[in-house]
Amino acid sequence: MTELKTKEEPSNIGDSHIPEKEKLQIPYAVLCELTHRCPLSCPYCSNPVELEMKSREIDTDTWKRALSEAVKIGILQAHFSGGEPTARKDLEEIVQHASSIGLYTNLITSGVLINEDRLKKLYDCGLDHVQVSIQDTDPENSNKIAGFKGHDKKIHTAGLIRKVGLPLTINAVMHRQNLHNLDKMIELAVKLDAERLEVAQVQYYGWALKNQTAFLPTKEQLDRATEIVEEARIKLKGILAIDYVVPDYYAKRPKSCMGGWGRQFLNITPAGKVLPCHAAESLSFLKFDNIKDKPLSWIWENSEAFNKFRGTSWMPEPCKSCDRKEIDWGGCRCQAFALTGDKNAADPTCEFSPYRNVLDEPLSKVGQKEIPEFIYRKIKVKKNIIGIGHNSRKASKQ
Amino acid sequence: MTNLLTLNEKHIPKLPRHAKLRYDEPRKKWIINAPERVFELDEIASEIIQLVNGESSIEIIINELTEKFDGAPRDVISKDVIIMLQSLADKGFIVI
Repeated sequence: MTELKTKEEPSNIGDSHIPEKEKLQIPYAVLCELTHRCPLSCPYCSNPVELEMKSREIDTDTWKRALSEAVKIGILQAHFSGGEPTARKDLEEIVQHASSIGLYTNLITSGVLINEDRLKKLYDCGLDHVQVSIQDTDPENSNKIAGFKGHDKKIHTAGLIRKVGLPLTINAVMHRQNLHNLDKMIELAVKLDAERLEVAQVQYYGWALKNQTAFLPTKEQLDRATEIVEEARIKLKGILAIDYVVPDYYAKRPKSCMGGWGRQFLNITPAGKVLPCHAAESLSFLKFDNIKDKPLSWIWENSEAFNKFRGTSWMPEPCKSCDRKEIDWGGCRCQAFALTGDKNAADPTCEFSPYRNVLDEPLSKVGQKEIPEFIYRKIKVKKNIIGIGHNSRKASKQ
Repeated sequence: MTNLLTLNEKHIPKLPRHAKLRYDEPRKKWIINAPERVFELDEIASEIIQLVNGESSIEIIINELTEKFDGAPRDVISKDVIIMLQSLADKGFIVI
């Protein structure tokens, strides 16, 4: 029995080197970002810095067609996310369609816009599972991080999710400003009768990169967190499953981001763009195909964006000769480009990356007394201040 | 922990609502869909899981498999069945 996790641009035409086609895998999951609209404005939001307006969102029928095409290429699971997916009035219709064609359906929500009636409807539509984000166990800090007074409502919604009979995962993004409450977060997940708790770390690209100093935890905080999780996993075996990943800044080798580019996963944006990962639009040199124009099977196989980093043939050293190249697949492409400005660079978290030093600067500031104010996610951002290269981070804070 | 489920032959196992078994055509494999997880089942696990229906006890499942795989000793099959189901139960994907 094999257990696989199912959750997280094309070459320019001017490039003379066209990599040979890598062997295609059958993807496991599609992340459907139904909208970028969200009442919360978390400063580590995984949405791109340039958010899509409602007027550009694809319609119900396009989503249904995309999901049908996803099943045809072997996708097993559909995650409905955002923004806040419940901001779409057609969520039930989309979930019902996904469920009726055999997809395993998962709703990833902040929980602040939904009531019991709608949860019941989603249950009846065949929804399989719900994930609710909780920013901290301390209501005041939770609301501050979310930029929205929604903590109490989230707790209430979690109760309703269990009441209507849906299984629940609590998503807790942990960082410098809430890791001291990790033990309480585990207790809360048990109290809310969740099956799972995801202890996620902030991933530093997009919005989170603008807020890096505010979020990067100290080594001591992390070591303590790891201890807490290990103890809780033993104590709560059979009661609460805890997913936990150490943030890669403190790791010696990169994470296997998305299980490899274009191997297991694809993402559809509110506007219908099909991406190899939800952050891929930060790779400004890539061109993405749109589900409005082309079938998903064509995109999975032929899109330049998917083929650019698929497999290993694109890799320069130190990845090329590395015996882990088919384990970590070069790490996170978005992080590598954001921090090095080099599109083929190894993920700089790797100890063999020549750019490993770009992590030292932020790490040297970790634990400093002064914590910067959050730069909250918001829908209007001027294009010319968006940072991409490692130098532009400073510009983006001006 | 009192809540921890340790399976024995008298238990009647079933999949919880959030774990769904189905045959996947593109992969030619039985799979279990679970939150952010897919279990791809090998041949033995597939034989076992198809007998998990919320009605048959583990004892009955073992008997059926022993009959089907004529020649395999019951104690060997019993061990395979319990280990496989227990590994799913530990993650909450088999309940009684």
